[in-house]
Amino acid sequence: MDTKMLLDLLFQNPRASVTDLADILNETEEDVEKAKKQLEADGIICGYHTIINWDKANVDHVDAIIGVKASTQRGTGYDTIAEKIGRFPEVSSLYLVSGTSEFLVFINARTMREVADFVGEKLAPIEGVAGTVTMFVLKKYKVNGKNMDLKPEIQDDRMIISA
Amino acid sequence: MIDYQKIQAQRALDMKASGIRKFFELAAEIPDCISLGVGEPDFQTPWAIREAAIHSLELGRTKYTANAGLKELREALAAFMERRYSLSYDPKEIFVTVGGSEAIDLAIRMLVENEDEVIIPQPCYVSYEPITTLTGGVPVTIQTKEEDEFRVTARQIKEAITEKTKLLILSFPNNPTGAVLRKQDLIEIADVIRDTDIIVLADEIYAELVYGEEGFTSIAQIEGMKERTIVVNGFSKAFSMTGWRLGFAAGPKPLIDTMIKIHQSCIMAAPTTSQYAAVAAVSECDSDIERMRQEYDFRRKYCVRKLNEMGLHTFEPKGAFYVFPNISVLGMSSDEFCMELLKEQNLAIVPGTAFGESGEGFARISYAYSIEHLQEAMRRIERFLKDHGYQKEGK
Repeated sequence: MDTKMLLDLLFQNPRASVTDLADILNETEEDVEKAKKQLEADGIICGYHTIINWDKANVDHVDAIIGVKASTQRGTGYDTIAEKIGRFPEVSSLYLVSGTSEFLVFINARTMREVADFVGEKLAPIEGVAGTVTMFVLKKYKVNGKNMDLKPEIQDDRMIISA
Repeated sequence: MIDYQKIQAQRALDMKASGIRKFFELAAEIPDCISLGVGEPDFQTPWAIREAAIHSLELGRTKYTANAGLKELREALAAFMERRYSLSYDPKEIFVTVGGSEAIDLAIRMLVENEDEVIIPQPCYVSYEPITTLTGGVPVTIQTKEEDEFRVTARQIKEAITEKTKLLILSFPNNPTGAVLRKQDLIEIADVIRDTDIIVLADEIYAELVYGEEGFTSIAQIEGMKERTIVVNGFSKAFSMTGWRLGFAAGPKPLIDTMIKIHQSCIMAAPTTSQYAAVAAVSECDSDIERMRQEYDFRRKYCVRKLNEMGLHTFEPKGAFYVFPNISVLGMSSDEFCMELLKEQNLAIVPGTAFGESGEGFARISYAYSIEHLQEAMRRIERFLKDHGYQKEGK
């Protein structure tokens, strides 16, 4: 089984059917199913996400990206702080980054108030957090490689047959 | 009342019309027809290239360029030829044309007159023969064969050469077969050509789309051949820029100079915006070429496997974005097969005969489509074969 290819295909289309995957990979459906399960069990495939444009769905939704300055802790580096931040359900993504902050924290919330409360009451008090910069997302143009608010590109306007 | 037939030049009237036209008109009438019939990439032109074009317009670069093309583009092309094909050309030995097509036209017009013979291995792209006849030359076709994986052989070329032979056209990687000449094939062909005055027109428009270990070798790389070869290449296939209409030719300066002279009279200069885009393409976009090549390679393997599994014998093509299955199992001609497939399954592919008589029994399938599209198309072909009572032995 070409695992890299299977991962590529699932990355491009998480909803690809096992039948189609088997057809492309030249494997049986059972083997593809088994390989998929194994990749999930090994934590290589961590989930299948739906990308939603909440603005269009008319649902209250606020996204924020918070830069967190933090000091490293003896022995465990940044992992201890990361554990503390990452366990909040409001945190959708958490990265340790180079640059002016140590962490980037992505928050999905319903209102700005919720974000403010999260920062003031949950994030800032964590031991080792030295400061935060909260950036509210104003508009999403592109998410995970998918176009949200860029002008759509023509899909296929080729002539049906050409030399 | 003017008799329009009577007043037109006989050579123009005698030009062979493209066999693809008829299919195009039929397929366009069928509303939910899907196609594997295109000769152009499905990818969008890489954004860096489009952005460079937009930027040039913002700066107001809207005037003619030098006839032979922008100096910086010719220099970038010389560097590109060196980097990608180990071919050293002075920028003055390279000029920019309106697509590879114009370069082909100019090369033939520069060389051919008075029933000079032009050797054209077929199946091949559709323009060589009509331009040869329009110029007053005589096309001498060679039919490549399935057992040779549609590679023209030195022996076939040797047999076709006469005192009147002026030009040999080598279009490999080949449209429609996907065949690529190996280095050894080129060495053998060079041995036949080297001591003659025959010029080789190497249409290498698909040179960047080559798959497998062997890679691509240009005939101009073979000893003693650069001085008798005009290399034609372009941006359409490698950079997915068909609509920009930009190509180029490289070769011995006296020949290139005469081609530029014709180009001055009939074209002036290639489109300026496209040329600025092309500078970005040849300078910055090697990684885009590779990304697209890998995607084509994946689809190529898929199509070859599926067609062979269905029982349509398909040799493994090493270049371009076409596969060329043998469709003779149903006992239909190429034309009938493609016509019936179009009518019954709403799937358009191009009969091999559109590219020369040895295309009989074959069809050109383009894989310049998404894998999902290819899957659906393969299902339709499989259904078509079943409906006609054909099933591969042992299946």
